[in-house]
Amino acid sequence: MSDVEIRVDGRSVRVETGATVAAALLGDETFAFRTSISGQPRGPLCGMGTCFECRVTINGMPHRRACMTVVATGMEIVTRG
Amino acid sequence: MADVTAIHAADVLIIGAGPAGIAAACIAAETGASVVVIDENPRPGGQIWRHISRHTLPGQAKYWLHRLDKSRARVHTGTSVVDITRGNAHFAIRTAGIVETVLLAKTVILATGARELFLPFPGWTLPGITGVGGGQALLKSGTPMAGKRVIIAGSGPLLLPVAAAFAAAGAHVSHILEQAPGHRVTRFALGLWRSPMRGVHAVIYRSKTMGSRYRTGTWVTAAEGQDRVRAAIITDGRRTWTERCDMLCVGYGLIPQLEIAQIAECDTAFGRVVADAQMSTTVAGIFAAGESSGVAGITSALVEGEIAARSALQHVRRSSLHEHATADAAESVATAAPNALSRRARREAAFAARMNEAFELRAELRQVPQPKTIVCRCEDVVLGDIARCESMREARLHTRAGMGPCQGRVCGPALELLFNWSALPARVPAVPAPVSTFLSNTSA
Repeated sequence: MSDVEIRVDGRSVRVETGATVAAALLGDETFAFRTSISGQPRGPLCGMGTCFECRVTINGMPHRRACMTVVATGMEIVTRG
Repeated sequence: MADVTAIHAADVLIIGAGPAGIAAACIAAETGASVVVIDENPRPGGQIWRHISRHTLPGQAKYWLHRLDKSRARVHTGTSVVDITRGNAHFAIRTAGIVETVLLAKTVILATGARELFLPFPGWTLPGITGVGGGQALLKSGTPMAGKRVIIAGSGPLLLPVAAAFAAAGAHVSHILEQAPGHRVTRFALGLWRSPMRGVHAVIYRSKTMGSRYRTGTWVTAAEGQDRVRAAIITDGRRTWTERCDMLCVGYGLIPQLEIAQIAECDTAFGRVVADAQMSTTVAGIFAAGESSGVAGITSALVEGEIAARSALQHVRRSSLHEHATADAAESVATAAPNALSRRARREAAFAARMNEAFELRAELRQVPQPKTIVCRCEDVVLGDIARCESMREARLHTRAGMGPCQGRVCGPALELLFNWSALPARVPAVPAPVSTFLSNTSA
Protein backbone atom coordinates (compact mmCIF):
# COMPACT_ATOMS: atom_id res chain seq x y z
CA MET A 1 0.00 0.00 0.00
CA SER A 2 1.56 3.28 -1.07
CA ASP A 3 1.43 6.46 0.96
CA VAL A 4 1.24 10.12 0.09
CA GLU A 5 2.77 12.95 2.08
CA ILE A 6 0.74 16.02 3.00
CA ARG A 7 1.29 18.91 5.41
CA VAL A 8 -1.04 19.51 8.35
CA ASP A 9 -0.53 22.87 10.07
CA GLY A 10 3.06 22.84 8.78
CA ARG A 11 3.85 19.28 9.89
CA SER A 12 4.56 16.48 7.48
CA VAL A 13 2.03 13.63 7.65
CA ARG A 14 2.08 10.35 5.69
CA VAL A 15 -1.28 8.87 4.81
CA GLU A 16 -2.67 5.96 2.79
CA THR A 17 -3.28 6.74 -0.88
CA GLY A 18 -6.99 7.30 -1.50
CA ALA A 19 -7.78 8.23 2.10
CA THR A 20 -9.70 11.41 2.82
CA VAL A 21 -8.28 14.50 4.49
CA ALA A 22 -10.52 13.72 7.49
CA ALA A 23 -8.95 10.25 7.83
CA ALA A 24 -5.48 11.80 7.54
CA LEU A 25 -6.14 14.31 10.34
CA LEU A 26 -7.71 11.74 12.67
CA GLY A 27 -4.83 9.35 12.00
CA ASP A 28 -2.47 12.18 12.95
CA GLU A 29 -4.38 12.54 16.28
CA THR A 30 -5.80 15.88 15.15
CA PHE A 31 -9.36 15.84 16.44
CA ALA A 32 -10.26 19.54 16.34
CA PHE A 33 -10.68 20.46 12.69
CA ARG A 34 -12.29 23.86 13.07
CA THR A 35 -13.32 26.39 15.71
CA SER A 36 -17.04 27.05 15.99
CA ILE A 37 -18.48 30.58 16.09
CA SER A 38 -18.56 30.44 19.90
CA GLY A 39 -14.97 29.21 20.04
CA GLN A 40 -15.45 25.47 20.54
CA PRO A 41 -13.25 22.83 18.91
CA ARG A 42 -15.14 20.71 16.36
CA GLY A 43 -14.40 17.59 14.35
CA PRO A 44 -16.25 15.36 11.89
CA LEU A 45 -19.74 14.19 12.86
CA CYS A 46 -21.46 12.66 9.83
CA GLY A 47 -18.46 11.58 7.76
CA MET A 48 -20.48 11.98 4.55
CA GLY A 49 -20.54 15.67 3.68
CA THR A 50 -23.81 16.62 5.38
CA CYS A 51 -22.86 18.34 8.64
CA PHE A 52 -20.02 20.65 7.53
CA GLU A 53 -18.29 20.19 10.93
CA CYS A 54 -15.04 18.95 9.34
CA ARG A 55 -14.29 22.14 7.42
CA VAL A 56 -10.58 22.96 7.01
CA THR A 57 -8.45 25.09 4.70
CA ILE A 58 -7.03 23.00 1.85
CA ASN A 59 -4.36 24.53 -0.39
CA GLY A 60 -5.48 27.99 0.68
CA MET A 61 -9.18 27.38 0.07
CA PRO A 62 -11.19 27.79 3.27
CA HIS A 63 -14.28 25.79 4.29
CA ARG A 64 -13.44 22.60 2.40
CA ARG A 65 -15.08 19.47 3.75
CA ALA A 66 -12.24 17.21 4.92
CA CYS A 67 -14.45 14.11 4.68
CA MET A 68 -15.22 14.72 1.00
CA THR A 69 -11.67 15.44 -0.14
CA VAL A 70 -9.14 12.76 -1.05
CA VAL A 71 -5.50 13.45 -0.10
CA ALA A 72 -2.98 14.38 -2.80
CA THR A 73 0.78 14.64 -2.53
CA GLY A 74 1.89 18.03 -1.24
CA MET A 75 -1.58 19.07 -0.06
CA GLU A 76 -1.47 21.84 2.57
CA ILE A 77 -4.08 21.55 5.31
CA VAL A 78 -4.71 24.25 7.90
CA THR A 79 -7.04 23.46 10.81
CA ARG A 80 -8.83 25.69 13.36
CA GLY A 81 -9.35 28.43 10.77
CA MET B 1 -11.05 24.59 -9.15
CA ALA B 2 -14.41 24.25 -10.82
CA ASP B 3 -14.36 24.26 -14.57
CA VAL B 4 -17.36 24.99 -16.70
CA THR B 5 -17.86 22.05 -19.00
CA ALA B 6 -19.84 21.62 -22.16
CA ILE B 7 -23.58 21.29 -21.88
CA HIS B 8 -24.94 17.76 -21.92
CA ALA B 9 -28.46 16.62 -22.57
CA ALA B 10 -29.24 13.20 -21.15
CA ASP B 11 -32.12 10.75 -21.42
CA VAL B 12 -31.76 9.94 -17.74
CA LEU B 13 -29.95 11.97 -15.10
CA ILE B 14 -29.41 10.16 -11.82
CA ILE B 15 -28.66 12.02 -8.61
CA GLY B 16 -26.70 9.80 -6.26
CA ALA B 17 -24.30 6.92 -7.01
CA GLY B 18 -25.20 4.54 -4.20
CA PRO B 19 -26.73 1.12 -4.93
CA ALA B 20 -30.05 2.57 -6.20
CA GLY B 21 -28.36 5.09 -8.49
CA ILE B 22 -25.84 2.55 -9.78
CA ALA B 23 -28.54 -0.05 -10.54
CA ALA B 24 -30.63 2.59 -12.31
CA ALA B 25 -27.61 3.81 -14.30
CA CYS B 26 -26.64 0.30 -15.44
CA ILE B 27 -30.15 -0.71 -16.47
CA ALA B 28 -30.73 2.54 -18.37
CA ALA B 29 -27.29 2.89 -20.00
CA GLU B 30 -27.19 -0.75 -21.13
CA THR B 31 -30.21 -0.05 -23.39
CA GLY B 32 -28.23 2.62 -25.21
CA ALA B 33 -29.92 5.54 -23.47
CA SER B 34 -27.64 8.45 -22.53
CA VAL B 35 -27.18 8.48 -18.77
CA VAL B 36 -25.43 10.91 -16.44
CA VAL B 37 -24.83 10.17 -12.76
CA ILE B 38 -23.94 12.89 -10.25
CA ASP B 39 -22.53 12.24 -6.80
CA GLU B 40 -20.91 14.47 -4.20
CA ASN B 41 -18.48 11.83 -3.00
CA PRO B 42 -15.02 11.15 -4.38
CA ARG B 43 -16.08 7.71 -5.67
CA PRO B 44 -19.31 5.95 -6.61
CA GLY B 45 -20.74 3.45 -4.12
CA GLY B 46 -22.74 5.60 -1.74
CA GLN B 47 -22.38 5.16 1.99
CA ILE B 48 -22.73 1.39 2.07
CA TRP B 49 -20.08 0.77 -0.58
CA ARG B 50 -17.77 3.62 0.47
CA HIS B 51 -14.20 2.50 -0.14
CA ILE B 52 -10.60 3.44 -0.75
CA SER B 53 -9.74 0.28 -2.63
CA ARG B 54 -12.30 -1.88 -4.41
CA HIS B 55 -10.75 -5.19 -3.42
CA THR B 56 -11.89 -4.62 0.17
CA LEU B 57 -15.52 -4.52 -0.99
CA PRO B 58 -18.05 -7.37 -0.91
CA GLY B 59 -18.70 -9.23 -4.17
CA GLN B 60 -22.06 -7.55 -4.76
CA ALA B 61 -20.42 -4.10 -4.63
CA LYS B 62 -17.61 -5.15 -6.98
CA TYR B 63 -20.17 -6.57 -9.39
CA TRP B 64 -22.25 -3.37 -9.57
CA LEU B 65 -19.28 -0.99 -9.69
CA HIS B 66 -17.71 -3.04 -12.49
CA ARG B 67 -21.04 -3.09 -14.33
CA LEU B 68 -21.26 0.69 -13.94
CA ASP B 69 -17.73 1.08 -15.34
CA LYS B 70 -18.63 -1.04 -18.36
CA SER B 71 -21.91 0.77 -18.98
CA ARG B 72 -21.72 3.98 -20.95
CA ALA B 73 -23.15 6.03 -18.09
CA ARG B 74 -21.12 9.19 -17.43
CA VAL B 75 -20.37 9.50 -13.74
CA HIS B 76 -19.50 12.91 -12.26
CA THR B 77 -18.13 12.48 -8.74
CA GLY B 78 -17.20 15.35 -6.41
CA THR B 79 -20.19 17.20 -7.84
CA SER B 80 -23.27 18.48 -6.01
CA VAL B 81 -26.69 19.37 -7.34
CA VAL B 82 -27.65 22.86 -6.18
CA ASP B 83 -30.84 23.45 -8.16
CA ILE B 84 -33.27 21.65 -10.42
CA THR B 85 -35.90 23.37 -12.56
CA ARG B 86 -38.46 22.15 -15.06
CA GLY B 87 -38.49 23.52 -18.60
CA ASN B 88 -40.83 22.67 -21.47
CA ALA B 89 -39.06 19.55 -22.61
CA HIS B 90 -36.24 19.16 -20.15
CA PHE B 91 -35.16 19.45 -16.58
CA ALA B 92 -32.22 21.78 -15.93
CA ILE B 93 -29.91 20.61 -13.18
CA ARG B 94 -27.39 23.12 -11.86
CA THR B 95 -24.27 21.60 -10.34
CA ALA B 96 -21.33 22.78 -8.26
CA GLY B 97 -18.00 21.19 -7.46
CA ILE B 98 -15.72 19.40 -9.93
CA VAL B 99 -18.33 19.74 -12.67
CA GLU B 100 -19.87 23.20 -12.49
CA THR B 101 -22.50 23.58 -15.17
CA VAL B 102 -26.16 23.24 -16.05
CA LEU B 103 -27.08 19.76 -17.25
CA LEU B 104 -30.22 19.07 -19.24
CA ALA B 105 -32.14 15.83 -18.89
CA LYS B 106 -35.41 14.37 -20.12
CA THR B 107 -35.91 12.43 -16.92
CA VAL B 108 -34.40 12.54 -13.44
CA ILE B 109 -34.00 9.73 -10.93
CA LEU B 110 -33.58 10.86 -7.33
CA ALA B 111 -31.30 8.38 -5.61
CA THR B 112 -30.17 10.76 -2.90
CA GLY B 113 -30.10 8.17 -0.14
CA ALA B 114 -30.37 8.71 3.58
CA ARG B 115 -28.45 10.37 6.34
CA GLU B 116 -28.27 9.74 10.07
CA LEU B 117 -30.68 11.10 12.60
CA PHE B 118 -28.75 12.87 15.34
CA LEU B 119 -30.24 13.81 18.69
CA PRO B 120 -28.38 16.39 20.77
CA PHE B 121 -26.98 15.58 24.21
CA PRO B 122 -24.76 17.62 26.54
CA GLY B 123 -21.19 17.44 25.22
CA TRP B 124 -22.11 16.01 21.82
CA THR B 125 -20.14 18.69 19.98
CA LEU B 126 -16.82 17.39 21.38
CA PRO B 127 -14.35 16.16 18.74
CA GLY B 128 -14.21 12.36 18.75
CA ILE B 129 -18.01 12.07 18.81
CA THR B 130 -19.45 10.99 15.47
CA GLY B 131 -22.55 9.30 14.19
CA VAL B 132 -22.66 5.52 13.91
CA GLY B 133 -22.76 5.67 10.14
CA GLY B 134 -20.42 8.66 10.52
CA GLY B 135 -17.85 6.55 12.34
CA GLN B 136 -18.18 3.86 9.73
CA ALA B 137 -17.75 6.37 6.91
CA LEU B 138 -14.56 7.71 8.51
CA LEU B 139 -13.30 4.16 8.99
CA LYS B 140 -14.02 3.31 5.35
CA SER B 141 -12.26 6.54 4.32
CA GLY B 142 -8.98 5.35 5.84
CA THR B 143 -9.08 6.48 9.48
CA PRO B 144 -6.84 4.24 11.61
CA MET B 145 -8.83 2.86 14.55
CA ALA B 146 -6.35 0.36 16.05
CA GLY B 147 -6.19 0.52 19.83
CA LYS B 148 -9.00 3.05 20.13
CA ARG B 149 -11.57 2.50 22.85
CA VAL B 150 -14.93 2.99 21.15
CA ILE B 151 -18.53 3.13 22.37
CA ILE B 152 -21.27 2.66 19.78
CA ALA B 153 -24.72 3.84 20.78
CA GLY B 154 -28.09 4.97 19.49
CA SER B 155 -30.53 2.76 17.66
CA GLY B 156 -31.11 0.49 14.72
CA PRO B 157 -29.63 -2.45 12.86
CA LEU B 158 -26.55 -0.42 11.89
CA LEU B 159 -25.03 -0.63 15.37
CA LEU B 160 -23.84 -4.23 15.16
CA PRO B 161 -22.20 -4.21 11.72
CA VAL B 162 -20.45 -0.92 12.54
CA ALA B 163 -19.21 -2.39 15.83
CA ALA B 164 -17.93 -5.40 13.90
CA ALA B 165 -16.13 -3.16 11.41
CA PHE B 166 -14.44 -1.21 14.21
CA ALA B 167 -13.40 -4.44 15.93
CA ALA B 168 -12.00 -5.81 12.67
CA ALA B 169 -9.95 -2.59 12.33
CA GLY B 170 -8.37 -3.23 15.72
CA ALA B 171 -10.50 -0.94 17.88
CA HIS B 172 -11.74 -2.10 21.26
CA VAL B 173 -15.51 -1.65 21.11
CA SER B 174 -16.27 -1.64 24.81
CA HIS B 175 -20.04 -1.10 24.57
CA ILE B 176 -22.82 -1.35 22.02
CA LEU B 177 -25.85 0.48 23.42
CA GLU B 178 -29.27 0.12 21.80
CA GLN B 179 -32.01 2.42 23.12
CA ALA B 180 -34.85 0.09 22.09
CA PRO B 181 -36.02 -2.37 24.75
CA GLY B 182 -34.63 -5.90 24.56
CA HIS B 183 -37.92 -7.64 23.81
CA ARG B 184 -38.49 -5.54 20.70
CA VAL B 185 -34.98 -6.12 19.39
CA THR B 186 -35.32 -9.86 20.01
CA ARG B 187 -38.63 -10.01 18.19
CA PHE B 188 -37.10 -8.16 15.25
CA ALA B 189 -34.04 -10.43 15.23
CA LEU B 190 -36.25 -13.53 15.27
CA GLY B 191 -38.11 -12.14 12.25
CA LEU B 192 -34.83 -12.20 10.34
CA TRP B 193 -35.33 -15.92 9.64
CA ARG B 194 -37.55 -14.79 6.77
CA SER B 195 -34.36 -13.69 5.05
CA PRO B 196 -31.60 -16.26 5.65
CA MET B 197 -28.84 -13.88 4.54
CA ARG B 198 -29.81 -11.26 7.06
CA GLY B 199 -29.99 -13.83 9.87
CA VAL B 200 -26.52 -15.14 9.15
CA HIS B 201 -25.08 -11.65 8.96
CA ALA B 202 -26.65 -10.65 12.25
CA VAL B 203 -25.09 -13.62 14.01
CA ILE B 204 -21.67 -13.11 12.48
CA TYR B 205 -21.64 -9.45 13.40
CA ARG B 206 -22.65 -10.27 16.91
CA SER B 207 -19.98 -12.91 17.45
CA LYS B 208 -17.22 -10.82 15.89
CA THR B 209 -17.81 -8.15 18.45
CA MET B 210 -17.58 -10.50 21.41
CA GLY B 211 -15.69 -8.70 24.08
CA SER B 212 -18.16 -5.84 23.70
CA ARG B 213 -21.10 -5.40 26.00
CA TYR B 214 -24.30 -5.32 23.97
CA ARG B 215 -27.04 -3.69 26.02
CA THR B 216 -30.58 -2.90 24.98
CA GLY B 217 -32.77 -0.31 26.71
CA THR B 218 -29.66 1.80 27.30
CA TRP B 219 -28.70 5.22 25.96
CA VAL B 220 -26.11 8.01 26.23
CA THR B 221 -27.18 11.09 28.23
CA ALA B 222 -23.96 13.16 28.06
CA ALA B 223 -20.32 13.18 27.03
CA GLU B 224 -17.33 14.52 28.93
CA GLY B 225 -13.95 15.88 27.85
CA GLN B 226 -12.10 19.14 27.26
CA ASP B 227 -10.84 19.32 23.67
CA ARG B 228 -12.03 15.81 22.78
CA VAL B 229 -14.34 13.18 24.17
CA ARG B 230 -12.98 11.17 27.12
CA ALA B 231 -16.10 9.52 28.55
CA ALA B 232 -19.79 8.86 27.99
CA ILE B 233 -22.51 9.09 30.62
CA ILE B 234 -24.90 6.19 30.14
CA THR B 235 -28.29 5.23 31.59
CA ASP B 236 -30.73 2.37 31.40
CA GLY B 237 -33.44 4.50 33.02
CA ARG B 238 -32.73 3.20 36.52
CA ARG B 239 -28.98 3.56 36.90
CA THR B 240 -26.57 6.13 35.40
CA TRP B 241 -22.86 5.54 35.05
CA THR B 242 -19.70 6.72 33.23
CA GLU B 243 -17.62 4.81 30.68
CA ARG B 244 -14.24 5.95 29.38
CA CYS B 245 -13.78 6.17 25.58
CA ASP B 246 -11.56 7.67 22.86
CA MET B 247 -14.38 7.75 20.37
CA LEU B 248 -18.14 7.81 20.83
CA CYS B 249 -20.44 7.01 17.92
CA VAL B 250 -24.11 7.90 18.41
CA GLY B 251 -26.79 7.73 15.73
CA TYR B 252 -30.53 7.11 15.86
CA GLY B 253 -31.14 5.45 12.54
CA LEU B 254 -31.42 6.72 9.00
CA ILE B 255 -33.69 9.37 7.49
CA PRO B 256 -34.32 9.96 3.77
CA GLN B 257 -32.62 12.97 2.18
CA LEU B 258 -35.44 15.06 0.72
CA GLU B 259 -33.72 18.34 -0.17
CA ILE B 260 -33.34 17.79 -3.92
CA ALA B 261 -36.84 16.31 -4.19
CA GLN B 262 -38.28 19.37 -2.42
CA ILE B 263 -36.41 21.78 -4.66
CA ALA B 264 -37.76 19.83 -7.66
CA GLU B 265 -41.26 20.27 -6.16
CA CYS B 266 -41.88 16.55 -5.69
CA ASP B 267 -44.35 15.81 -2.89
CA THR B 268 -42.97 14.34 0.30
CA ALA B 269 -44.95 12.70 3.11
CA PHE B 270 -43.98 11.00 6.35
CA GLY B 271 -40.39 12.09 5.74
CA ARG B 272 -40.15 10.32 2.39
CA VAL B 273 -40.38 11.20 -1.27
CA VAL B 274 -43.83 10.12 -2.43
CA ALA B 275 -43.44 7.49 -5.17
CA ASP B 276 -45.83 4.92 -6.66
CA ALA B 277 -45.07 1.28 -7.48
CA GLN B 278 -43.34 2.40 -10.68
CA MET B 279 -41.19 4.77 -8.59
CA SER B 280 -42.81 7.82 -10.24
CA THR B 281 -42.85 10.89 -8.02
CA THR B 282 -45.64 13.45 -8.19
CA VAL B 283 -43.66 15.37 -10.83
CA ALA B 284 -43.93 13.77 -14.28
CA GLY B 285 -40.48 12.69 -15.46
CA ILE B 286 -38.94 12.55 -12.01
CA PHE B 287 -38.53 9.17 -10.34
CA ALA B 288 -37.20 8.14 -6.96
CA ALA B 289 -35.23 5.08 -5.91
CA GLY B 290 -33.59 3.81 -2.77
CA GLU B 291 -33.63 5.31 0.70
CA SER B 292 -34.97 8.72 -0.39
CA SER B 293 -38.39 7.11 -0.87
CA GLY B 294 -38.19 5.16 2.41
CA VAL B 295 -35.29 3.58 4.27
CA ALA B 296 -35.44 -0.15 3.46
CA GLY B 297 -31.86 -1.26 2.84
CA ILE B 298 -29.67 -2.32 -0.04
CA THR B 299 -31.82 -5.05 -1.62
CA SER B 300 -34.72 -2.66 -1.84
CA ALA B 301 -32.47 0.09 -3.23
CA LEU B 302 -31.20 -2.13 -6.06
CA VAL B 303 -34.73 -3.25 -6.98
CA GLU B 304 -36.11 0.27 -6.88
CA GLY B 305 -33.19 1.54 -8.97
CA GLU B 306 -34.08 -1.05 -11.59
CA ILE B 307 -37.79 -0.14 -11.53
CA ALA B 308 -37.05 3.59 -11.68
CA ALA B 309 -34.75 3.11 -14.68
CA ARG B 310 -37.41 1.15 -16.58
CA SER B 311 -40.04 3.77 -15.77
CA ALA B 312 -37.72 6.60 -16.82
CA LEU B 313 -36.97 4.90 -20.15
CA GLN B 314 -40.68 4.43 -20.74
CA HIS B 315 -41.22 8.13 -20.06
CA VAL B 316 -38.45 9.05 -22.51
CA ARG B 317 -40.02 6.80 -25.13
CA ARG B 318 -43.45 8.37 -24.67
CA SER B 319 -42.23 11.94 -24.77
CA SER B 320 -39.71 11.70 -27.60
CA LEU B 321 -40.96 9.29 -30.24
CA HIS B 322 -38.54 10.68 -32.79
CA GLU B 323 -35.50 9.26 -31.12
CA HIS B 324 -35.79 5.79 -32.57
CA ALA B 325 -32.79 4.07 -31.05
CA THR B 326 -33.74 5.03 -27.52
CA ALA B 327 -37.41 4.33 -28.12
CA ASP B 328 -36.75 0.79 -29.36
CA ALA B 329 -34.49 0.05 -26.45
CA ALA B 330 -36.92 1.50 -23.97
CA GLU B 331 -39.76 -0.53 -25.45
CA SER B 332 -37.95 -3.82 -25.06
CA VAL B 333 -37.04 -3.01 -21.47
CA ALA B 334 -40.40 -1.56 -20.54
CA THR B 335 -42.41 -4.49 -21.85
CA ALA B 336 -40.19 -6.74 -19.77
CA ALA B 337 -40.85 -4.69 -16.63
CA PRO B 338 -41.72 -7.60 -14.38
CA ASN B 339 -44.25 -7.81 -11.60
CA ALA B 340 -41.62 -9.76 -9.68
CA LEU B 341 -39.77 -6.48 -9.13
CA SER B 342 -42.82 -4.90 -7.52
CA ARG B 343 -43.34 -7.97 -5.35
CA ARG B 344 -39.73 -7.80 -4.17
CA ALA B 345 -40.11 -4.09 -3.49
CA ARG B 346 -43.24 -4.71 -1.40
CA ARG B 347 -41.50 -7.44 0.60
CA GLU B 348 -38.58 -5.12 1.33
CA ALA B 349 -40.97 -2.36 2.38
CA ALA B 350 -42.60 -4.74 4.85
CA PHE B 351 -39.17 -5.49 6.30
CA ALA B 352 -38.56 -1.74 6.69
CA ALA B 353 -41.88 -1.35 8.52
CA ARG B 354 -40.94 -4.09 11.02
CA MET B 355 -37.57 -2.42 11.51
CA ASN B 356 -39.12 0.98 12.26
CA GLU B 357 -41.47 -0.55 14.80
CA ALA B 358 -38.68 -2.44 16.58
CA PHE B 359 -36.39 0.57 16.87
CA GLU B 360 -39.00 3.23 17.69
CA LEU B 361 -37.33 6.01 19.69
CA ARG B 362 -38.18 6.13 23.40
CA ALA B 363 -39.75 9.28 24.89
CA GLU B 364 -36.89 9.70 27.40
CA LEU B 365 -34.57 10.75 24.55
CA ARG B 366 -36.45 14.05 24.36
CA GLN B 367 -35.37 14.83 27.93
CA VAL B 368 -31.67 14.29 27.20
CA PRO B 369 -30.71 17.73 25.81
CA GLN B 370 -30.52 20.50 28.44
CA PRO B 371 -31.22 24.25 28.05
CA LYS B 372 -27.50 24.95 27.48
CA THR B 373 -27.01 22.07 25.03
CA ILE B 374 -26.07 23.28 21.55
CA VAL B 375 -28.62 22.03 19.04
CA CYS B 376 -27.64 23.94 15.88
CA ARG B 377 -23.93 23.18 15.56
CA CYS B 378 -23.37 25.56 12.65
CA GLU B 379 -24.60 28.66 14.50
CA ASP B 380 -24.06 27.37 18.07
CA VAL B 381 -27.70 27.87 19.11
CA VAL B 382 -28.68 26.27 22.43
CA LEU B 383 -31.89 24.41 23.19
CA GLY B 384 -33.05 27.01 25.74
CA ASP B 385 -33.17 29.74 23.07
CA ILE B 386 -34.90 27.52 20.53
CA ALA B 387 -37.46 26.34 23.12
CA ARG B 388 -38.82 29.90 23.34
CA CYS B 389 -39.93 29.69 19.70
CA GLU B 390 -43.17 28.24 18.39
CA SER B 391 -42.04 26.76 15.08
CA MET B 392 -39.05 25.85 12.95
CA ARG B 393 -39.53 29.05 10.95
CA GLU B 394 -39.57 31.22 14.06
CA ALA B 395 -36.51 29.43 15.44
CA ARG B 396 -34.72 30.04 12.17
CA LEU B 397 -35.58 33.75 12.11
CA HIS B 398 -35.04 34.50 15.81
CA THR B 399 -32.11 32.26 16.71
CA ARG B 400 -30.46 31.43 13.36
CA ALA B 401 -30.93 27.72 14.10
CA GLY B 402 -30.66 25.92 10.78
CA MET B 403 -29.20 28.93 8.97
CA GLY B 404 -25.60 27.67 8.79
CA PRO B 405 -23.83 25.74 6.03
CA CYS B 406 -25.60 22.43 6.79
CA GLN B 407 -28.91 24.28 6.27
CA GLY B 408 -30.61 22.50 9.13
CA ARG B 409 -29.80 18.99 7.95
CA VAL B 410 -28.53 18.10 11.44
CA CYS B 411 -30.69 20.20 13.80
CA GLY B 412 -33.89 20.18 11.70
CA PRO B 413 -34.78 16.49 12.13
CA ALA B 414 -33.78 16.70 15.83
CA LEU B 415 -36.14 19.65 16.35
CA GLU B 416 -38.95 17.84 14.52
CA LEU B 417 -38.60 15.09 17.10
CA LEU B 418 -38.00 17.25 20.18
CA PHE B 419 -40.82 19.74 19.59
CA ASN B 420 -43.06 18.00 17.03
CA TRP B 421 -42.35 20.88 14.66
CA SER B 422 -42.84 20.36 10.98
CA ALA B 423 -39.80 20.62 8.77
CA LEU B 424 -39.12 23.56 6.49
CA PRO B 425 -38.67 22.60 2.84
CA ALA B 426 -35.17 22.91 1.41
CA ARG B 427 -34.19 26.00 -0.55
CA VAL B 428 -31.81 26.73 -3.41
CA PRO B 429 -28.86 26.23 -3.35
CA ALA B 430 -29.23 22.71 -1.97
CA VAL B 431 -25.64 22.94 -0.73
CA PRO B 432 -23.52 26.06 -0.18
CA ALA B 433 -22.15 27.05 -3.58
CA PRO B 434 -19.97 29.90 -4.86
CA VAL B 435 -21.63 32.72 -6.80
CA SER B 436 -19.82 31.49 -9.93
CA THR B 437 -22.08 28.45 -9.89
CA PHE B 438 -25.03 30.64 -10.76
CA LEU B 439 -23.24 32.43 -13.57
CA SER B 440 -22.66 29.34 -15.68
CA ASN B 441 -25.50 28.96 -18.11
CA THR B 442 -27.04 26.86 -20.78
CA SER B 443 -27.80 27.89 -24.34
CA ALA B 444 -30.76 25.52 -24.63
